[in-house]
Amino acid sequence: MTIAKDSSSLPDGRSLLTLPRLKEARVLSVTDHRAGDVIARRLRELGFVPGELVRVVAQGPLGGDPLLVQVGFTRFALRRAEAERVQVEPLP
Amino acid sequence: MSASTATLRIALVGNPNCGKTALFNRLTGSRQKVANYAGVTVERKEGRFADGNGRVVQVLDLPGTYSLAATSPDEAITRDVCLGRVAGEPKPDLLVCVVDATNLRLHLRFVLEVQRLGLPMLLALNCTDLAEKRGIRIDHDRLQAGLGIPVVETVAVRSGGTQALVRRLGQTLPPASKALPEGADLHAAVNHLLADAVQMPRRTAEIDDRIDRVLLHPVWGLAILAVVMFLMFQAVFSWAEPLMGGIETLVGWAGQGVGALLPEGVLKSLLVDGILAGIGGVVVFLPQILILFLFILALEESGYLPRAAFLLDRFMVGAGLTGRSFIPLLSSFACAVPGIMATRSIQDPRERLATILVAPLMTCSARLPIYALLIAAFIPSRTVWGLFNLQGLVLFALYVAGIVSALAVASVMKWWRRSKLEHALLLELPSYRLPNLNDLALGLWERAMIFLRRVGGIILALTVILWALSSFPTPPEGATGPAIDYSFAGRLGHALQWLFAPIGFNWQICIALIPGLAAREVAVSALATVYALSATDDAAADLLAPIVSAQWSLPTALSLLAWYVFAPQCISTLAAIRRETLSWRIVAIAAGYLFALAYLASFLTYRLALAFA
Repeated sequence: MTIAKDSSSLPDGRSLLTLPRLKEARVLSVTDHRAGDVIARRLRELGFVPGELVRVVAQGPLGGDPLLVQVGFTRFALRRAEAERVQVEPLP
Repeated sequence: MSASTATLRIALVGNPNCGKTALFNRLTGSRQKVANYAGVTVERKEGRFADGNGRVVQVLDLPGTYSLAATSPDEAITRDVCLGRVAGEPKPDLLVCVVDATNLRLHLRFVLEVQRLGLPMLLALNCTDLAEKRGIRIDHDRLQAGLGIPVVETVAVRSGGTQALVRRLGQTLPPASKALPEGADLHAAVNHLLADAVQMPRRTAEIDDRIDRVLLHPVWGLAILAVVMFLMFQAVFSWAEPLMGGIETLVGWAGQGVGALLPEGVLKSLLVDGILAGIGGVVVFLPQILILFLFILALEESGYLPRAAFLLDRFMVGAGLTGRSFIPLLSSFACAVPGIMATRSIQDPRERLATILVAPLMTCSARLPIYALLIAAFIPSRTVWGLFNLQGLVLFALYVAGIVSALAVASVMKWWRRSKLEHALLLELPSYRLPNLNDLALGLWERAMIFLRRVGGIILALTVILWALSSFPTPPEGATGPAIDYSFAGRLGHALQWLFAPIGFNWQICIALIPGLAAREVAVSALATVYALSATDDAAADLLAPIVSAQWSLPTALSLLAWYVFAPQCISTLAAIRRETLSWRIVAIAAGYLFALAYLASFLTYRLALAFA
């Protein structure tokens, strides 16, 4: 597993990708991979905004891809590259 | 008042999976018109009903969207219709924003975004029955005050569940909606609204968590998916049998009845040998098509299809497709045309193109007639391993052959057109729902009508043309061979034989492939026509299977089965590809590669079968 480069700059932040299954966490930010990153914008629209609770509910059968992520009251399947954009802070 | 006599134009907007289409069905019943928006390939669904005062309400069911910042043509249409930017599509008088009461965190954000359009708005709080069951308590008045628009509760799946909405539509229109200032944080506003008006014991339904633990399990989940698919195809073959027998009997009676009434001659030949034999040979597959669609619709309604997409995504990405391709490809098992149209939900252009190009490899129901005919004629009906029907197994193998070739073709394309662009999934997995019988029935009715309209239009026309081609010119005086040998069709079939002889096709098959260009299932009725006319006594139309099994060799039959795994000859599919890609080049690529693969597969099958027979 790789940790996104950007996450190292955030205090206690780590990519959603590295969050253990069923571990509750809080969203810190969504990282744009380039200027006008449509995927990052859509992630924010779907509720990946600072303070929101997230949890990885399930992983795909092959290579743990995609991830099934619970955010708000909704579940989204995210590929690893998408999940990598979301920086989270695990709750104690 | 003049307002009570004029038609009210409303549009349903909302997130995907908010129950919008169920609400639309409940409001309009079968008074629906399905078409495309002008110039684009997004489905336009319109219906009408009368409100409490007898005024006609015209409803537009806009495509589900997460945001007005559109990322797909579907979402762009919703935005443009709301903005009044679509030519010939006046701005709606009222937007009915539909939200799922169990998914307010996501859906209310969109409501707040839509409020910025400044149109009169109404909130339909849908699925309140499910919310109640989960102990979710929504304070109607506080929500209404917080949003500043009227809120009505609906249960789209229950009869009478739209009464409150219909009653509210009969009253005065709400004023243009006020919105939060530009730049305000919509997410924060939603959380504020939820804290104020909603009590929720749990963020998700416990039952969903439990079902997902099994259905999304890396091992069990895949095993269950395989079993579901297998049962579906077994059912298509076994449940449909009695119904098909009934239809065949009916067609047989009609043929005899007409035959007895009419004198010998051209008219009788046209009706009995041309139209009845041809159309009957196609209509008989309606039960199978409907059973297949019943499964697809039920799986879609229940929320299982996105789960299947989740399970298969990684495999499909490996082949340059996406988990989202699963739904269009599954629809292509019924017909590639709706399948290709359903690729609109794939935002990524490369994944969408790959899905479009391999969709024709999914075994569509139009290929079932030819499979069914050949399997019935050449594969013995016996039980193997004490459980399965051998005929069903062969059919299953043909479906698998299509899927495997699709993955192979998509992989080759991925390797060919390597791209560094990123491809996103972002797929919502909705709550599980019991499929609603009303919606299933409506969906099936739509499919049946599409199929029968095809039979009545293009297939009828082709049947008549083919009958004429195979009847004229009539044989000269004193001729001894079958009449069709002297006809245009016979000459054309013989002329094409040099091309198809290496793969074991006789001239009758060559003739049948020509009308099969327009619609694959016509090949069977064409064979029926060819054989009914070439037999010396002319009562043979219903008995195609025994004729074929007596006159064709097994290698020829297997070769034709292999041909139909690829079956390049479907003009409707090619037309759909042209419409969806707006490129003749891609149409040519699709037709070319399908023809090459079909020829190659048939050649190998024929030669191998000859070697082993």
